[in-house]
Amino acid sequence: MEHITFLVAVVIITALAFDFTNGFHDTANAMATSIATGALKPKVAVAIAAVLNFAGAFLSVKVATTISGGIVNEKTGLQPSIIFAALVGAILWNLLTWLKGLPSSSSHALYGGLIGATVVGVGIHGVNFTTVVSKILIPAVASPIVAGVASWGATKLAYLITRNGNQKTTTKGFKRGQMFSSSLISLAHGTNDAQKTMGIITLALVSAGALHKGAQPPTWVIVSAGAAIALGTYMGGWRIIRSMGSGLADIKPPQGFASETAAATVILTSSHMGYGLSTTQVCSGGIMGAGLGGPAGKLRWSLVRRMVYTWGLTLPAAATVAGIAAFVADKGDWGVVVVGAALVIGSGAMWMLSRRQPVHADNVNDVTPVEVPAAQTAPGAPTTATATVAA
Amino acid sequence: MQIKWAALGQTAGVSLAITLAVVVVFALGNLALSRREAAAEAGNANSAKGTAALVAAGVCFAACAGVVLYGISLIAGK
Repeated sequence: MEHITFLVAVVIITALAFDFTNGFHDTANAMATSIATGALKPKVAVAIAAVLNFAGAFLSVKVATTISGGIVNEKTGLQPSIIFAALVGAILWNLLTWLKGLPSSSSHALYGGLIGATVVGVGIHGVNFTTVVSKILIPAVASPIVAGVASWGATKLAYLITRNGNQKTTTKGFKRGQMFSSSLISLAHGTNDAQKTMGIITLALVSAGALHKGAQPPTWVIVSAGAAIALGTYMGGWRIIRSMGSGLADIKPPQGFASETAAATVILTSSHMGYGLSTTQVCSGGIMGAGLGGPAGKLRWSLVRRMVYTWGLTLPAAATVAGIAAFVADKGDWGVVVVGAALVIGSGAMWMLSRRQPVHADNVNDVTPVEVPAAQTAPGAPTTATATVAA
Repeated sequence: MQIKWAALGQTAGVSLAITLAVVVVFALGNLALSRREAAAEAGNANSAKGTAALVAAGVCFAACAGVVLYGISLIAGK
């Protein structure tokens, strides 16, 4: 039992660490456009998102009973070492994309990690590829497109309807609306993503014999998972917020409202229908649609392209890292220690790299001088920093 | 491999319809509010026109609030 206990403790800590990266990686989803349009002040926005993510964790624990949604065969026994390796792959990919300021799906990183670790640890038969295609790949392609089209149409209509109104009043109204729409996204995010961590911890506890099979997550698990995602959210993934809020397009309040409404609707309807979709991709799709539907009708296609490449890479990249981690961690306690050390060193290195070009609440709305006319660049923006974040 | 295209299409269609409906209703509410302000600036906020605009805005925003509450109930009920 000694071995199990050590490993289970490591899995719980790593799961909370993943939850934390999930939070700050995804703050941008709900808040990027509200921050960009000035509907919410950056610090206020992340605080609201943090509180709602925490609250969301308590709304439901239904998803927490199956962490993988049938992607991997949990009946063959999802060993703690496999879960640990999956988490390592997911965390490292999350940090790398954050460093690059690219919104990528935390859920896909976790699924990819689970697939990679399962293939190495259990074998190829441990993965249900049919479920992978129907529940992940197809929604992954379809959902940003649906959100984009809905957001494009909504933006057009919003401008059309309010064209004869007093611009000052309507702009203020759309900003108010943005507060609600982005809050709803935060709440939905907390419910969905905090539950994944709860599920992982619960599963680890079950495998250690601390809980009986099919048990609900204990209260301390719900509280700690909610707290980890809220803390991560409050840290604010400012690099990603900048990319999504100012990098893709110049978003004005009607566009922000339209894209957030589209994203919230797509997230709620599809999770109601049982699709494991990516909040990140849906929100990015919504912003793209709003950018194209707006008066300028422009998108920065180079960033769009790089985002889409990243989405495609997320699953295989996290799977590869997790596969290697599973191979090493399977060797015993020393293997787990080696993988853990690699995770800490890798995360630390990426954090150090991020210090070279910090993005924070005060400069988050600066746009990249490389891609926009100089007139729109905030004075005093550190040129190299902003350029590299977008690069 | 069986993929439920109908369910996918339905989800997409419903999402599209709800988004457009909410944004249209909200934009109408916004427009009504701006009409009301125009009336107020002209010094007759309580004229029939001003009051009608205020009521219209209230109805629109209440409808949006209803959709949001339904959304929250969906999250919580899952």
